[in-house]
Amino acid sequence: MQLETRINGLAVTLDFRAGEFLSQTLRRYGYLSVKQGCDTGSCGLCTIWLNGCPVLSCSTLTARVGQQDITTIEGVQKEAESFANFMVAEGAEQCGFCAPGFTMTVLAMKRELQSPTEAAINHYLAGNLCRCSGYKGQMRAIKNFMGIY
Amino acid sequence: MLQIDNFVYASSLDHAYNILISTPGSVILGGCGYLKLGDRTLCTAIDLSKLKLDYITETAATIEVGAMTSFRALESGTLTGSLWNGVIRSALENIVGVQFRATVTVGGTISGRYPFSDLITTLLALDAELYFHERGLVKLNNFLHGKPAKDILEKIILPKDRRLAAYSSIRKTRTDYAVLNCAVAQTDDGYRIVVGSRPGRAARSESAEQHLNNHGLNDHTISEAGRLAANSLKFGDNPRGSSLYRQSVCPVLVRRALQEVMHAA
Repeated sequence: MQLETRINGLAVTLDFRAGEFLSQTLRRYGYLSVKQGCDTGSCGLCTIWLNGCPVLSCSTLTARVGQQDITTIEGVQKEAESFANFMVAEGAEQCGFCAPGFTMTVLAMKRELQSPTEAAINHYLAGNLCRCSGYKGQMRAIKNFMGIY
Repeated sequence: MLQIDNFVYASSLDHAYNILISTPGSVILGGCGYLKLGDRTLCTAIDLSKLKLDYITETAATIEVGAMTSFRALESGTLTGSLWNGVIRSALENIVGVQFRATVTVGGTISGRYPFSDLITTLLALDAELYFHERGLVKLNNFLHGKPAKDILEKIILPKDRRLAAYSSIRKTRTDYAVLNCAVAQTDDGYRIVVGSRPGRAARSESAEQHLNNHGLNDHTISEAGRLAANSLKFGDNPRGSSLYRQSVCPVLVRRALQEVMHAA
């Protein structure tokens, strides 16, 4: 199959097989920030934005993204770097495998929630799993990044 | 891995329905969150994403939700997120994460009649009706426990009343499938007590409802309703829990949900 869409603001034409999910297509086209951690829709590593909303690219059929705005972390590098600095400052990053998907969810949350509580942050990020660094450092980094004290 | 031999963008519900009934093995695609977990090959997949079925609208007496509406839209919508004590938001908010709920559709979940569904349990307590392209209006309860038929769910219809409702569940972790879930509602014409993930499909407990209809809502009747629900419904085993465990937990979930309704009244 073939369709036209936009990735990080660029108009692209994607070739893909009918049952292919977006994470596979994006990786094949070189967007290697998109990780496939569990492939069961549970870990959040494959999070990208579809029209500005975070979605699991491993559960989104590529056939459904025609003429839409797809954003990967490559498309928000400046903002991602800013958040990464807060993560580093808190020692919250270790292997980094979950970082792109996690960062995409954090940036979406910052756009969607105004001054969220810790409970609201935990709830919004419940679909992003990290198995090495722990969540306390991440929470400190997020609160600093969002200016919540 | 999901394999699709022939992917069809439906141009109308008639188009989709004609393919569905004329092509053996054809499947209507929902959000695909569950479908992708299997190792299936679909000869024909029918996609409804271009039919503008992702909407939440209201009439004078009802709220209508299109079949392609996502869980995320349903839980955060101004109409559905806050009505009935916010019971829909309570039922959906712990399903995996926001990204997952942005892809899962109402129509895919209901059409699959998934026994573990948090949404189906809740919609049963809200007396939801389903509108199918061919059959027209069908009560959710009849759809769940009737014979499956080849048809396409177009929308769900919810009564826009002032019923008080509540949802409770027990999970091994917060975002896991429910081991058992429960939704209750207090309406002008009586109570609804629904228990799902038993692990069979969600079902109402008529004896528990009748007890509350006869005796009203207080600490004593709430406990008795939980006991009656546990004794009247069938529970089974699966890897998440045994029938005995589910039967033991059932009264607690029913009581907690009814207490929430009582305190909201």
